[in-house]
Amino acid sequence: MSTEAHTEVVTRGEDLAHDVHHEHPSDLQYIYIGLFLAVVTAAEVGLYYTEIDFLLNTIILCAMMVVKFATVGMFFMHLRFDNRVFRWFFVTGLVLAIFVYLIVLTTFHFWSGH
Amino acid sequence: MSTVTPHAEPAPGEHGWTQTGVTNEKLAMWVFLGSDCLLFGGLISTYMLYKTTATRPPLPASLYDIPFTSASSFVLLMSSVTMVLAVSAMKRDEPSRTRTWLVATALLGAIFISGQVYEFTTFVRKGMGYTSNTASSAFYTLTGFHGVHVSMGIVMLLSLFVMSLRGRLGHEKAETVEIIGLYWHFVDIVWILIFTVVYLIK
Repeated sequence: MSTEAHTEVVTRGEDLAHDVHHEHPSDLQYIYIGLFLAVVTAAEVGLYYTEIDFLLNTIILCAMMVVKFATVGMFFMHLRFDNRVFRWFFVTGLVLAIFVYLIVLTTFHFWSGH
Repeated sequence: MSTVTPHAEPAPGEHGWTQTGVTNEKLAMWVFLGSDCLLFGGLISTYMLYKTTATRPPLPASLYDIPFTSASSFVLLMSSVTMVLAVSAMKRDEPSRTRTWLVATALLGAIFISGQVYEFTTFVRKGMGYTSNTASSAFYTLTGFHGVHVSMGIVMLLSLFVMSLRGRLGHEKAETVEIIGLYWHFVDIVWILIFTVVYLIK
């Protein structure tokens, strides 16, 4: 491969890796994040036992789930600090997974023949 | 006269060369995790669609022991903390501390799996087998697949521990621990979804 081609490849790599130099959290910060996740889990379980409207209950539980999901993804899996190409792969997988659900849902509601 | 070769990035065609600016191993793990989202997406979707359509009792939801499953969830969540501490210790080149956190993570994972075995056993004793109804099949398949993922993670963690004991997990292998850590956190993230969608939403 020519030197020019090599230079181009390295430049593209550096472009993709532009955001990998952020400072990661300290051990103490990781423990605080763990405690935060534990508190949110406790709140979820507490909400399960409260007698509130089903829709409201579901919305709040889903919101808490998203917060926990994002916290683990961003801080423990380093998606906030690491290369954005990883984020693309993961988000693509998640979006496709939601599409899987929607497609299966149509099978029940539109193609079941009832 | 000896010549000192400065450390250089691998050239195209050499082992370790990458076009993306990230290592191929880490990229491969993220691609795998993205594809695993689809597997669990399909399984969670199936459970959600079947959970109320079963004609023969008992339905899984009627047998859930929420306090017990909450404790299991807490254990798995804490295993993510110990895992990230293992990765952090590895990056600081502290092998002894890395081993401690790796074993702690594997132990917490084993406690979670024991809880799942206990839960499955209890459900079967109460009359909900794998083929009792569509909801039970979907439930066992989903949580069983997750359990297999956790078990695979425990095997990988213990392998890292043994490698470290034998001195084969030097500082240059820090990314290997990070990649196994990514897998472990993914397993935790999937459980966060399962716990809410399957157990808590009525």
